[in-house]
Amino acid sequence: MDTFLWVVFPYLCLATFVVGHVWRYRYDKFGWTTRSSQLYENKLLRFGSPLFHFGMLGVVGGHVIGLLVPSSWTAFFGIDDHLYHWIAIVGGLAAGIATVVGMVILIYRRRTVGPVFSATTNMDKVMYAFLGAAIMLGMWNTIAGSLLRFGGEYNYREGVSIWYRSFLAFQPQAELMATAPIGFQLHAFVAFVLFALWPFTRLVHVFSAPLGYLTRPYIVYRSRDTERLGSTRPKRGWDRVG
Amino acid sequence: MRVMAQMAMVMNLDKCIGCHTCSVTCKQAWTNRAGTEYVWFNNVETRPGLGYPRRYEDQDEWEGGWVRKSNGRLALRAGGRFKKLFSIFSNPKMPSIEDYYEPWTYDYETLVRAPASDTFPVARPKSLLSGENMSIEWSANWDDNLAGSQDHAATDVMLKDIAEKVKLEFEQTFMFYLPRICEHCLNPSCAASCPSGAIYKRSEDGIVLVDQDRCRGWRMCISGCPYKKVYFNHKTGKAEKCTFCYPRIEVGIPTVCSETCVGRLRYIGLMLYDADKVLEAAAVEDDHDLYEAQRSVFLDPNDPEVQRGAEAAGIPLDWVEAAKRSPVWKLINTYKVALPLHPEYRTMPMVWYIPPLSPVVDIIRDTGHDAEDKGNLFAAIEALRIPIGYLANLFTAGDVKPVDSVLRKLAAMRAYMRDINLGGAGDDAIAEAVGMSGSDMYEMFRLLAIAKYDERYVIPTAHAEQAHALEELATDCPVSEYGGGQQDMFGEGSGTPTPVAVENFRMLQDRQTADDMPANPMKGRVNLLNWDGKGRPGGLFPTKGEEEER
Repeated sequence: MDTFLWVVFPYLCLATFVVGHVWRYRYDKFGWTTRSSQLYENKLLRFGSPLFHFGMLGVVGGHVIGLLVPSSWTAFFGIDDHLYHWIAIVGGLAAGIATVVGMVILIYRRRTVGPVFSATTNMDKVMYAFLGAAIMLGMWNTIAGSLLRFGGEYNYREGVSIWYRSFLAFQPQAELMATAPIGFQLHAFVAFVLFALWPFTRLVHVFSAPLGYLTRPYIVYRSRDTERLGSTRPKRGWDRVG
Repeated sequence: MRVMAQMAMVMNLDKCIGCHTCSVTCKQAWTNRAGTEYVWFNNVETRPGLGYPRRYEDQDEWEGGWVRKSNGRLALRAGGRFKKLFSIFSNPKMPSIEDYYEPWTYDYETLVRAPASDTFPVARPKSLLSGENMSIEWSANWDDNLAGSQDHAATDVMLKDIAEKVKLEFEQTFMFYLPRICEHCLNPSCAASCPSGAIYKRSEDGIVLVDQDRCRGWRMCISGCPYKKVYFNHKTGKAEKCTFCYPRIEVGIPTVCSETCVGRLRYIGLMLYDADKVLEAAAVEDDHDLYEAQRSVFLDPNDPEVQRGAEAAGIPLDWVEAAKRSPVWKLINTYKVALPLHPEYRTMPMVWYIPPLSPVVDIIRDTGHDAEDKGNLFAAIEALRIPIGYLANLFTAGDVKPVDSVLRKLAAMRAYMRDINLGGAGDDAIAEAVGMSGSDMYEMFRLLAIAKYDERYVIPTAHAEQAHALEELATDCPVSEYGGGQQDMFGEGSGTPTPVAVENFRMLQDRQTADDMPANPMKGRVNLLNWDGKGRPGGLFPTKGEEEER
């Protein structure tokens, strides 16, 4: 069971995540968008969306540090466990609270503003459920686990993080996850389901973060597409002459 | 010198009767889909008036277009690249649907299904966004023909700097129509605002397009365009804009709005310009110099040096020939009667306008004087500072001299032609009074008044060797490659792209000749504008079964 939960299932989700994105990009470039609903309603979005997204950027950054950076590296820079956890909890709480408040505003908006609600697809609803669950479980782990120390002390950098790195290195150590507190297990499980859903939801817009805007010239000139002038791709055997 | 070609348009506002045929045919061709109900690639505004979306010209509020910084360089008015990315989660300057209007339909079903009663049943308006009942308070053309002008037009942004007492009198003094499409600017701020780089200017003909496969819906173009001519399709989550009907232009036929224009007031032709000079011209210090600066960017296709430059830049010979015959070139540069719309936005717009003389003529006629007499017209142009100041706010960043000059030419043409029509030989003194020769004046009259289709639209086709795959000529076997997959899975409109022309035509034909509707394409909404008369969108009629039960 542990092997399934912490080896087979995560790899299945990861595979779905990768293959799904490739497929979605090839099949559905046109549907690859943020699906912004700002046109419908702006007053709530004005606060909710930046809170949620900037909070989320902080949360992702925190996860990168927490999961990918081994304790020995931070120790090398003279940051001991106590200091590290203090930084992680303060940063994590700030980002987490911003995310949760933003998410509450956005979900309230999505439910109560008529046009936004009727533009919500079923996939959006499923995605919201798992995203919300993952965020709430993460907050629970931070507040109850690390801050209030419910159920004893647990240093995820000695457990979950090592499992995650072993997982990415394709040498998974399932026992590290199996002995982790239930809160962490649930958080990881829900997160992997979310990763599997990811390519099929509007979350794909994360991978379109337009960082290229900072370096490209303002005005883009493009020639009429000579590879594909018409709206359909030329069939094999119907190559153009000249 | 880097020669580039630009497909450009001139509209003669004197001939616009405000019939909205261009808007309607454009909508039928391009934006009759769910998600684009409020989108008008072409709209006709009554001026003075608020325009569409409301007060779009107030760049203090909307922050569209470019500004010249103190160091002489151009910057996007809404802020640079970092500010754009920082505000990407909620664009602070994006117009909301209230600034356009909430699209609606009517609950026609009630008319048919209401039980017998003393009162007549009413089809209530229903929002096309939420499906709820709504009260209609605004739409794309609410202030048409100065309707409600006391409340609305008095807040027209272009009436700034025009005295308070004028505002109260103006609707007795003048009114005209302003049809607007995308300006296909030489220095488009929508493209510069797009974080994804999805908006591009075609290097062949300068048409500005949104790559629907690259647009990610960041919405910066919508606030970046000072003319508010990029719209957000709220169903697909992508930006859409006027395409200058490029599939038609490529095969040498004019845009839908031009083709169907009842007043025949639109002219389409090529302009050659020097791409290296565009930024310099857009960054001249004084707003009043922008009109002349933009004219200085254009290149004379009759100049041998320009022709060599065009050849070096790979512009085909027949395109240079078309540029020589371009009516747009004549109106902008030879006769100098066309002016750009809002040059002060510094985007170098390429849809130009001949300002209307008719408000002036109407006033003279109403006072009982001879409205075709040169002296009367010139005196009236002198005296009517209000309309001329207003036109200058629209077309020359407030500089009345060019507007004055254009109106004098139009007035002189009127007087000159009256003389000829009454059997005279044409009084060259009239033409010379406005710096033209008699024969030029006659040629200008011909172009403005009686030019035929081929003279109004000089559109070189895209090249024959490329014709194989042009949209309107596609010689591919159009076996359907689209429409596969479950389009609903990722929301409406997702999946492989819907082609714009031939295949689309086949799809429509299939739809129109089919016995029943394919899986309710209108999502339960009824919009008569989108309804092609075939099939029965849900809610439009009672279902068949219920009919039989009665």
